[in-house]
Amino acid sequence: MSAEELGDSLGADVTVTVCPDGPLLLRGPASLRSVDGRQVEHDRTVVALCRCGRSRLKPLCDGSHRLSRFRDPASVEQLAHVLAHATPYEPDDPEAV
Amino acid sequence: MTVVDVVAPDRSSLLHDEPAPLPAARGPVSAALLTAVQRDPSRSIDLRHFFWAGDPADACTDDDLQLALWLSYELHYRGLAGVDDRWEWHPELLWARARWENQLVAGLELAVPHDEVLASADPVGEVVAGLNALAEADGEPSLSKFLMRRADADQFAEFLVHRSLYHLKEADPHSWAIPRLSGAVKGALVTIQADEYGGGVAAGMHAQLFRVLMADWRLDATYGHYLEQVPAATLLGTNLISLFGLHRRWRGALVGHLTAFEMSSSVPNARYARGHRRLEGGEQAAKFFDEHVVADAVHEQIALHDLAAGLTRAEPALAGDVLFGARCAAYADTVFASHLVGRWEAGLSSLRPASEAAA
Repeated sequence: MSAEELGDSLGADVTVTVCPDGPLLLRGPASLRSVDGRQVEHDRTVVALCRCGRSRLKPLCDGSHRLSRFRDPASVEQLAHVLAHATPYEPDDPEAV
Repeated sequence: MTVVDVVAPDRSSLLHDEPAPLPAARGPVSAALLTAVQRDPSRSIDLRHFFWAGDPADACTDDDLQLALWLSYELHYRGLAGVDDRWEWHPELLWARARWENQLVAGLELAVPHDEVLASADPVGEVVAGLNALAEADGEPSLSKFLMRRADADQFAEFLVHRSLYHLKEADPHSWAIPRLSGAVKGALVTIQADEYGGGVAAGMHAQLFRVLMADWRLDATYGHYLEQVPAATLLGTNLISLFGLHRRWRGALVGHLTAFEMSSSVPNARYARGHRRLEGGEQAAKFFDEHVVADAVHEQIALHDLAAGLTRAEPALAGDVLFGARCAAYADTVFASHLVGRWEAGLSSLRPASEAAA
């Protein structure tokens, strides 16, 4: 790992990790806001945001994705494809990649 | 001139735990251990009295063996009341304990599969799939559904009594892994443990949130207070983590255990919270459950992807142990749940009878 990479990994940047079959993991000092722009104070260093729609604690995850068998593999290929093409990722279709 | 009163510091604000009280023996091995540790640790012990002669199939549920293990492990945590701390590293006691541990592992390997070497081209994928499958398997009987819908106040309090043996030292057994891991995998564990320990604020430590909960249910939150009343099925839960935690060679199993723990926590804790509120438990006390729902929804992901998958990526040879540790956690949970629900369904208390406890 180069000094620059090491520096990056120590940085205070915000990252969003898309968890397979699970929530979005938000790490770093992101400010959480309602649509009218008002900021919500909290002291959680990592938050899991619901992605399956079943949480009773939205916007937070409460583990309900497991009960509802929410499925989304969130592979790096899928994320890259959808972001680049804005079309569904169908890994069995050779044209899709 | 103003005279400033010098007051003694308030010890209660330290939230300090005293060593666990000594219980009564539950058989020849725990009797030999209890006798030995009340003596001078520079003495030798007669190892003939420390052999557990049971069948490996009974190791997980034998009161004598589980109590002996629990006491010998507790020497590494808060200690035992009136017992010289030098017993912690008494070489003959450690030799005896190693035999008990071998018997416990033999019992566990009879109960759940253990592939010491995972013959797989993709050990990381297999570990992640195995842990997900375990978390999605319906654990029967469902203790959390029973507590949510049916338990009466006495049963709910019994549940907390059992759990106090773990929650009053919550997270400590998994912390043994910190010096055994490095880099990103250590970072993942520390992220989880930092939450468990309230980010360093004593009142926010999960063990202290549990104290508030116990007080709400008018239970005694003194460390180790209920040791006498809990059966082997309860002691197995903490002994298992201590076994994995205290041996570097079991670090894979410890990581698997913690991951299984975190992956099977949010949903049950939401149910416990509903049971607690149904039985008119206090709002402040409910924080213990509420906080676990949210924190463990985060921990589940970190444990699975950064800790368990991360360790498997770093040390692929540990893949089989990671899955073994997770299966052991699920098994211990099932043993515990079966005991409680079984007794309650039969109209009985799940705690040890007073006569047995006093014997």
